[in-house]
Amino acid sequence: MSGPSILDSVLVANRGEIACRVLRTARQLGMRSVAVYSDADEGSLHVEMADEAVHIGGSRAAESYLDGARIVDAAKRTGVQSIHPGYGFLAENADFAQMVLNAGLVWVGPSPEVIRAMGDKAQARREMAALGFPVNAGSDGPLTDVEQAKRVAAEIGTPLMVKAVAGGGGIGMRIVKDAAQLEQMIESTSTQAERSFGDGAVLLEKYLANARHVEIQILGLHDGRVAVLGERDCSVQRRFQKVIEETPSPGIDDTLREQMFSAAQKAAEALGYRNAGTVECLVSEGEFVFLEVNARLQVEHPITEMVTGVDLVAEQFRVAAGVLALGGECRPPRKGHAIELRVYAEDPRRFFPSPGTITKWQAPTGKHVRVDSGFRAGDEITPFYDPLIAKLVVWGIDRPAALEDARRAVADFVIEGVKTNLPFLTEVLDDDQFTSGEYDTHLVDRLRS
Amino acid sequence: MAEIKADLTANVWRVQVGVGDIVSKGQAIAVLESMKMEIPVESTIDGVVEALNVGEGDVVHEGDVLAVVAEVGGF
Repeated sequence: MSGPSILDSVLVANRGEIACRVLRTARQLGMRSVAVYSDADEGSLHVEMADEAVHIGGSRAAESYLDGARIVDAAKRTGVQSIHPGYGFLAENADFAQMVLNAGLVWVGPSPEVIRAMGDKAQARREMAALGFPVNAGSDGPLTDVEQAKRVAAEIGTPLMVKAVAGGGGIGMRIVKDAAQLEQMIESTSTQAERSFGDGAVLLEKYLANARHVEIQILGLHDGRVAVLGERDCSVQRRFQKVIEETPSPGIDDTLREQMFSAAQKAAEALGYRNAGTVECLVSEGEFVFLEVNARLQVEHPITEMVTGVDLVAEQFRVAAGVLALGGECRPPRKGHAIELRVYAEDPRRFFPSPGTITKWQAPTGKHVRVDSGFRAGDEITPFYDPLIAKLVVWGIDRPAALEDARRAVADFVIEGVKTNLPFLTEVLDDDQFTSGEYDTHLVDRLRS
Repeated sequence: MAEIKADLTANVWRVQVGVGDIVSKGQAIAVLESMKMEIPVESTIDGVVEALNVGEGDVVHEGDVLAVVAEVGGF
């Protein structure tokens, strides 16, 4: 879907593959683009891809990509009209979104109010439940004391999940298998949450064993309608972080799929949701419960683009500009099957980080192969940021075809100089359980036990 | 004597001991942070921290010696 973007320029407040991804669409739409970069990212691909680049500080994220004031200042100095946050860093920071709006700039994302409400897991759970979205059994808000925690635990039974209210990105979650561990798990989750998010509040929820992680891609249009662009199955995870995603999910039938789509659409419309977002759910035994809303573009959005033909970033720009997105189509048709494989700079056995310099980089190609990356040979992968170095995305007319393409593409991907999880991706693609589609969030644990 | 080394490039997030501290095998000497993951580095022996080569915020590389631990009474 093409057409005028209305916005004439954008600053991309991110780095790596997602900065490159957003810049690519900005270029296609004829928008002037500005990149920002830290010391560690001088000379990186996203800096080269933008029309202009502004140095915003030190290598540590807190000194650069998390410094909202510097980013807004860079936007003002370069005279851009809008800011796209990508994912991570400040993408779900309501104060930053507000700061952008206060500076008279267009924020390419949901409103600060929605970001704030969804960023607090206890509040998000309450609001979604009030809107009729199924939620998991658990404490109805943040835990206030140990006695309350024990009462909730006794009521819903183990296993339980302790979750940081301000958590995200897989950080700040612990499974409690035995009630005797409860106090200690709450304590350690709270300590980590305090350090990572500046907020130690935690809540308790029932932990669903044998569950799949299935999420719904939504796009709130400027006129208040919410479009649903299908689901993604993200059950292949290590350390609560996704490794492989696919759409459609092999684990839900059309009836459940439709229930999930309707529930997500209805709740998002009631919330006044604008722009791109994801409603994450757990699916177990034919039922789904709310997990969280990611009020931003998702890492794995390319598989949705592969089956719909929609450029989600372009549609984000349209919504932000206040013009009709998706041609007003609230249920764009989907075709075929797409799989994303996240290539991490980490050892494929223990998944330990492996920073270093890329000495060789040869990405696979093919008619239905897409590689989103921000790196090439000669680039240094520093310890400062996420280990994601590429997203390998394949499309097939059906799941077997997509799997076959995925195996070939992974085998063709050559990265030297840093360890990568490519051998692990092959392992999963060859696994009988994964191939059958009958897998859940325990797949990686099983392969590594 | 044991040299306690980093096994990857990382930032030193926390130093858990001081020179002169008695540590036991498996005790965390420091916590490194790399690519958003915390990695504790543990003492490989029981002993006393004889030298500490890093401070919080330093960047270390694979093989760098973070600390030296000496056996107690090892004459």
